[in-house]
Amino acid sequence: MTVTTARRRGTREAAAPKPKGGFRYRKAIAIFIVPFGVLFAAFYLAPILYAVFQSLLKIQRVGTFGAPTQVFGGLSQYALVFQDTEFWSSILRVLLFGIVQVPVMLALALLFALLLDSPLLRGKRFFRLAFFAPYAVPGVIAAIMWGYLYSPSLSPFKFVTSNINLLGGGTVLWAIANVVTWVYVGYNMLIIYSSLLAIPTEIYEAARLDGASQWRIAVSIKIPLVVPAIILTAVFSVIGTLQLLTEPLVFRQFTSTISSTFTPNMLVYSTSSVPNFNLAAAFSVVLAVATFILSIGFLRLTQRKADQ
Amino acid sequence: MSRSAAMIIMGVFTLYFLIPIFWLLVSSTKTLDNFNSSFSLWFTATSLQDGIANVGRLFTYNDGIFPRWMLNSIVYATVAGGLGTILSAMCGYALAKYRFWGREALFNIFLGGVLVPATALALPLFLIFSKVQLTDSFWAVFLPSIVSPFGVYLSRIYAASSVPDEIIEAARIDGSGEVRTFFTVAIRLMSPALVTVFLFQFVAIWNNFFLPLVMLRTQTLFPVTLGLYTWNSNVSQYPELRTLVLVGAFVSIIPLLVAFLSLQRFWRSGLGAGGLK
Repeated sequence: MTVTTARRRGTREAAAPKPKGGFRYRKAIAIFIVPFGVLFAAFYLAPILYAVFQSLLKIQRVGTFGAPTQVFGGLSQYALVFQDTEFWSSILRVLLFGIVQVPVMLALALLFALLLDSPLLRGKRFFRLAFFAPYAVPGVIAAIMWGYLYSPSLSPFKFVTSNINLLGGGTVLWAIANVVTWVYVGYNMLIIYSSLLAIPTEIYEAARLDGASQWRIAVSIKIPLVVPAIILTAVFSVIGTLQLLTEPLVFRQFTSTISSTFTPNMLVYSTSSVPNFNLAAAFSVVLAVATFILSIGFLRLTQRKADQ
Repeated sequence: MSRSAAMIIMGVFTLYFLIPIFWLLVSSTKTLDNFNSSFSLWFTATSLQDGIANVGRLFTYNDGIFPRWMLNSIVYATVAGGLGTILSAMCGYALAKYRFWGREALFNIFLGGVLVPATALALPLFLIFSKVQLTDSFWAVFLPSIVSPFGVYLSRIYAASSVPDEIIEAARIDGSGEVRTFFTVAIRLMSPALVTVFLFQFVAIWNNFFLPLVMLRTQTLFPVTLGLYTWNSNVSQYPELRTLVLVGAFVSIIPLLVAFLSLQRFWRSGLGAGGLK
């Protein structure tokens, strides 16, 4: 026993001399990492660098009818981005959307998760499935479906659509918010629910002995313990909000109240199809940076946990 | 909160989540006339044969373009998702189990990829692909779909927690090479987790709309989402397309619903790990 332990320990030290353990296995490490790394470089890093490069160029024409040539334009495209009123109104629109939609969706997701985790419900399996089912519906299909449900002449809910024009200028943003909520509530619910399941039940025993109600246990014990899961869902929701594109693009097929620059991403898309790739690239870069800054909280939270 | 209040809340929201899907099912069993005139949340007397006829037309319209779209979606999602899962697993395993120079930096770069909006990548990718004349091809959608930084992130967590160092060392003592150890031992220990990685990637590719929208012009290469979007944009000119859009939408969500129902325990465990216990 002593001998084997000693030998094993000896082997381990030989196998993984701590600071340069990787040196010994560098061939294996390369085999594991290079395939993903190459594709990541090609389809993530290269496009980002290319977008940055494109955003620093501008089109110049010799005279009015001369052939267009690309020349270095410095930050001139970025100046255009920040002067663009449509850009700012699209940003404000998605911010307004996110400030309302994300908290509503996450509050509902938390409520459903807590109810699923409580002893109050029967048929939990059914509810879990029913609430998660919309996540199986791709954004395009969900938007087409709700587009018909909102249409005054075709909707099964005529008592609503004949009184409120859900696809009108003032309401269409919230009609989209409903579609996004419908698709993603169940998904977020499951993330929060599964982190509730990970809480050891002994924690509740003590509280119950002290006479704490279900409500009290939920507010004082459960919610604080699932805060990391809620933050995660919040960060993904914020990224999703800034990327909003599919649903409004589909809704353009149902109503004329959505402009081609309704969201930042639609603005990028329509700018590139003009085509003005340099300006579109600058829009993309600004958006990606904004998303990145908003997501840094997530990075900080997760990095520590990833090593465990 | 009382039991009945809890049941009422959940009951009301069950209606909210399921009525739209039920409406889609009902609508896909109607002729265009019935769709416009009959009560839209229930079947008509002729629903069964009308539904069958609708599905028949869906699969034959325009030389069977719809089954082609479904097949495309399935190939994009399963093949690219499967390849991507293996590559993510290898990379995540290496990041979890070896110490080497630049490991954390590399991981942070990959993790940063999770935060880059896919829409921000699609346009520059289009420009790059057009330089090498690959736009409007199968590869333009397939190749970028293989890369899943989120898969690497999850794989690293799973490898760290489910592959003990002792097992790797035991394999070394038995003379197994590092790569062989991964493919024969580690990948088995990680396999329940890898199902989750695959599911995430499958859904992401199946739902991806912007990349194909930007890349593809040839209808026979479309995934089903882009195909239905194109049909829906032509509904005003060709009203008969409306029925096909609705039947097509319903048929297209069936595979994912089935996958979810049969694999839900993997979903839950995977979401748990993603949710940072």
